[in-house]
Amino acid sequence: MKQQAADAAPGQAARAAWMRVLALASPAELDRACAGLGALPAHRWLRRPETGMAMVRARSGGDGGRFNLGEMTLTRCTVALEDGPVGVAYVQGRDARHAEQAALLDGLLQLPAWHERVREGVIAPLARAREERLSRQSAQDAATRVEFFTMVRGE
Amino acid sequence: MLLSTQAGRAPASGYVPQPGYDDPVAGAQSAFRAALHALAHPGTPVRTAPPRGVPPGLSPAMTALLLTLADADTPLWLPPGTDRATLGYLRFHCASPMADDPAEARFVAVPAGAAPPPLAACRQGEPAYPDRSATLLLEVQSLTAGRAVTLRGPGIAARAPLAAAGLPGDFWRQWRDNHGRFPLGVDVLLTCGDQLCGLPRTTLVEE
Repeated sequence: MKQQAADAAPGQAARAAWMRVLALASPAELDRACAGLGALPAHRWLRRPETGMAMVRARSGGDGGRFNLGEMTLTRCTVALEDGPVGVAYVQGRDARHAEQAALLDGLLQLPAWHERVREGVIAPLARAREERLSRQSAQDAATRVEFFTMVRGE
Repeated sequence: MLLSTQAGRAPASGYVPQPGYDDPVAGAQSAFRAALHALAHPGTPVRTAPPRGVPPGLSPAMTALLLTLADADTPLWLPPGTDRATLGYLRFHCASPMADDPAEARFVAVPAGAAPPPLAACRQGEPAYPDRSATLLLEVQSLTAGRAVTLRGPGIAARAPLAAAGLPGDFWRQWRDNHGRFPLGVDVLLTCGDQLCGLPRTTLVEE
């Protein structure tokens, strides 16, 4: 799998990065960002949003044997834009609208005519919003941090 | 529903698959019902609701059966030389692994104009698990305008006629051998346009 990913087109890493931003965005933020885009090109749904389970697999310590970590709920969706590209989304949870919007934006980002506009209008603000959310959260967590330590017992 | 994220991803650039069913659950349920009815009444043509998109080379009935039956756990065999767009469609919607050898496949789909493998070359099941056999989906030119044979067996009151056109010349001889391997053996679904017709391994044929 890893080898396949490395051999794929060089654009793959960039696409994976924006798909990650779209999947991790909060539905409300995504909604707002989409509203600013205006009329979208014609598209047809190859796979309407469908919710199911996927097995998440992991390796102990990052390099041990692979094991099944557990199942997660996810919603996936695939859309074909009129001009050719296919947009795909796999989103955690059961929010069909989130999956639809993420798939559409993935498709638009593959269109040269839309790429810059979507990247600056949607992806950058969403990535910023997520970063702010994470740093706010970690600041809150840091304020309540407790250090555990044990005095060495004198023998 | 268990989603397979390994396969079933969008195809690499180049072509775009057709959509499948508008409502995958209701569509697959109705096609499954049709397949059950066809296998319960061997020799009787049953109509299926066609999916919205049908890939090149496949009939609506065969597409409906594949969308309904094939998934990530059922290796699928198609004749060599099948259209890339057809393979892409099946990979996208069914996520089935493609078998190189019909003996490894759970479903063997043979579109119009291609030669099916011998029935004996497909998976026959195991004595303890006869259900681990292959099901063949064979496209025929007609279910009513070919050379007539008479069917007997479970699901048929007395005798049922079947006049399929476009089967290989020695199909009915192969079918008798297949019946002789009972409880092992393959099951066949003949498809033609939007119709299908069941031939479970229990069915006897008289020419």
